[in-house]
Amino acid sequence: MRTTLPSEFFVEIDHRRCVRCKRCIQNCGFSVYSFADGIVPDHTKCVACQRCSTYCPQGAIRIERRPIAFRANANWTPQHIIDIWRQSLSPGMLLTGMGNDLPYPILWNHLLIDACQVTNPSIDPLREPMELRSYLGKKPDLISILKKEEGGGFLLKEALPPQIRLEIPFIFSAMSYGSISLNAQKAMAMAAKELGIVINCGEGGLHQDLYPYGDHVVVQVASGRFGVHPEYLNAGVGVEIKIGQGAKPGIGGHLPGEKVSLDVSQTRMIPMGTDALSPAPHHDIYSIEDLRLLIYALKEATDYKPVSVKIAAVHNVAAISSGIVRAGADILHIDGFRGGTGAAPSIIRNHVGIPIELALAAVDDRLRQEGIRNQVSLVAAGGIRSSADAAKAIALGADAVALGTAALIPLGCNVCQRCHTGNCSWGIATQRPELVRRLDPEVGAERLTNLLHSWALEIKEVLGALGINALESLRGNRERLRGVGLDAQTLEILGVKPAGR
Amino acid sequence: MMRIDARGLHYRELNQLIRQAVAQGESEILLDHVNGQRYIGDGLKGNAQIQIHGTPGQDLAAFMSGPTIRVEGNAQDAVANTMNSGKVVISGMAGDVLGYGMRGGKLYVGRDAGYRIGIHMKSYRHLVPVIIIGGKVGDFLGEYMAGGVLIVLGMSEDGRSDGRPLAGDYLGVGMHGGAIYLRRSVDRNRIGKEIHATELSPEDHQLLQTELSEFCQDLGWDLEKIWEVPFTKLAPVSHRPYGGHYSY
Repeated sequence: MRTTLPSEFFVEIDHRRCVRCKRCIQNCGFSVYSFADGIVPDHTKCVACQRCSTYCPQGAIRIERRPIAFRANANWTPQHIIDIWRQSLSPGMLLTGMGNDLPYPILWNHLLIDACQVTNPSIDPLREPMELRSYLGKKPDLISILKKEEGGGFLLKEALPPQIRLEIPFIFSAMSYGSISLNAQKAMAMAAKELGIVINCGEGGLHQDLYPYGDHVVVQVASGRFGVHPEYLNAGVGVEIKIGQGAKPGIGGHLPGEKVSLDVSQTRMIPMGTDALSPAPHHDIYSIEDLRLLIYALKEATDYKPVSVKIAAVHNVAAISSGIVRAGADILHIDGFRGGTGAAPSIIRNHVGIPIELALAAVDDRLRQEGIRNQVSLVAAGGIRSSADAAKAIALGADAVALGTAALIPLGCNVCQRCHTGNCSWGIATQRPELVRRLDPEVGAERLTNLLHSWALEIKEVLGALGINALESLRGNRERLRGVGLDAQTLEILGVKPAGR
Repeated sequence: MMRIDARGLHYRELNQLIRQAVAQGESEILLDHVNGQRYIGDGLKGNAQIQIHGTPGQDLAAFMSGPTIRVEGNAQDAVANTMNSGKVVISGMAGDVLGYGMRGGKLYVGRDAGYRIGIHMKSYRHLVPVIIIGGKVGDFLGEYMAGGVLIVLGMSEDGRSDGRPLAGDYLGVGMHGGAIYLRRSVDRNRIGKEIHATELSPEDHQLLQTELSEFCQDLGWDLEKIWEVPFTKLAPVSHRPYGGHYSY
């Protein structure tokens, strides 16, 4: 009988080039390499994270895919066969990391953006100012203004509800300390400060080192209530109630005891080495009324900072969203089914939830129909891969987009989908000190800043081509999108015309 | 001592007055005519003593860290939600979801409480939350409990048994830390596979003696009478109940 699984990758070492410096042995978090009169790789352990090949000074390592030859079968794919082998060897749910990797339709790839020609001139963003600043929070039904008595100008008669100011329409998605390393969180916090945006610290509490970044932090309260106390709630510019996550709608979180190191245990305020279990529901929220109770409990505890509610995009997302807005949320964060995770059962990640494109369009429509769209800001997440995806999300109705995986790739992530193992060779999804140490937060922050600077430039370029000079004019402006290769019903849900119309 | 008349006040106004009083260094506050105002003591820090006359609304002492609240009468749902430290003493009954995610401090309820008491309570270093319920409770007592101490006495006002079980179904499901003490013997067929029932060790006895003395002092109960019936301790079998559910 089979006792091992075939290796997915093949590690080829060019022994003529190799100088036996053993750097690959040090770098690999998955213990692929050993030394016995030369470097010896164990192919079965390789996850193709490319840490070794990146750091090999001789360029002597090549990682190749090693598909085993099965007779062609469109029904019994290699994945199905290998998964059954794996589960027959070990009796548990298959775990995975990152977002859904199955070939479901990606609607961003079927949406195209408009541009001006002749009759309505485009704007040159090189010379003309382009406004990307966004504010997350409730907007009043109407505002009244007063003329200033001295010096001209106007004043608002009533104070605006509290807002979170973003210089560019991005936030870093909730990734908790525990699921990712402190250095990864620090890199994002530093970048957020530099960029004038916010990170979400996730449900694992806020490490003391991140309190100084409070003006650029949204703290999260999830069902496990880890590290939640009055100072924590007031440490940031807002609080998010996490109901669901795109990669695992309807199920709880589970940080295995191995990852609950001393520092993680102090931040989460739980004993070292115990499993950190986040129950599937908040046990104090069984209804919209209960959600309202928690929203206002958080507002009372924070002197009325904005409260965000994060849900996974599921079938009835529009009706649920209406309830959340009526419950008093200032920000509604919707995470589509391609959203990432530090660990989720494959069956949930791959088969539960709906795409963010459809969820976002449906929610924006529903809130407009009910006349309550101004009462909430929409944050879209779950598989935003580029500034183009972000621009399309904003045109579909998002006020800002949240980046998870896209924020880890600048830190070295190769999307190898092995976050749940805690062995990340790049020092991101791990708590092993020797691995965490190699991620320099300052360099990471610089890479993230570079990325979002370039995305901001690209969005300005798109706005210019559209002949508008503020992101606000693109927000929910679906007239400036067209669909290609989409059926009539999908177009109707997206509220987008087919290309050519 | 500062008196605040809560009659007709919205919770937001009432809580502002309480916060102002605490900020001004007031150490004793008496709230009169409280009638369902929510969030009293929500996120409140310091060591003020707050006495409530009337019935406070939901989320009493949520996220609270330090103060002591005493309710002469009944309270509603979600008392001591995610409470960090401090004390809440309720002489009468209380509703559902008490002490959810509570990390420290004490919650005493003189009479019955509802469903989902002490869910996901946890302890951390010197912070060990303690909930003592004088009466009986509903289903899901101590579900997902990760730390702390839950004590249910099941004593009715006249001291007689009314035939209802001390705690409802799904007792301690998913429990992976802390301890539940029930003032009676427990039918092993009625508890889940994640927990086991034992008699009290001398350490357990000492812990109960200490905690129950404080409870009796606060509520004017007779400690001798409580000890007339033996307790059972319920503790988790594993700190990692679901470790074997996953394949990597």
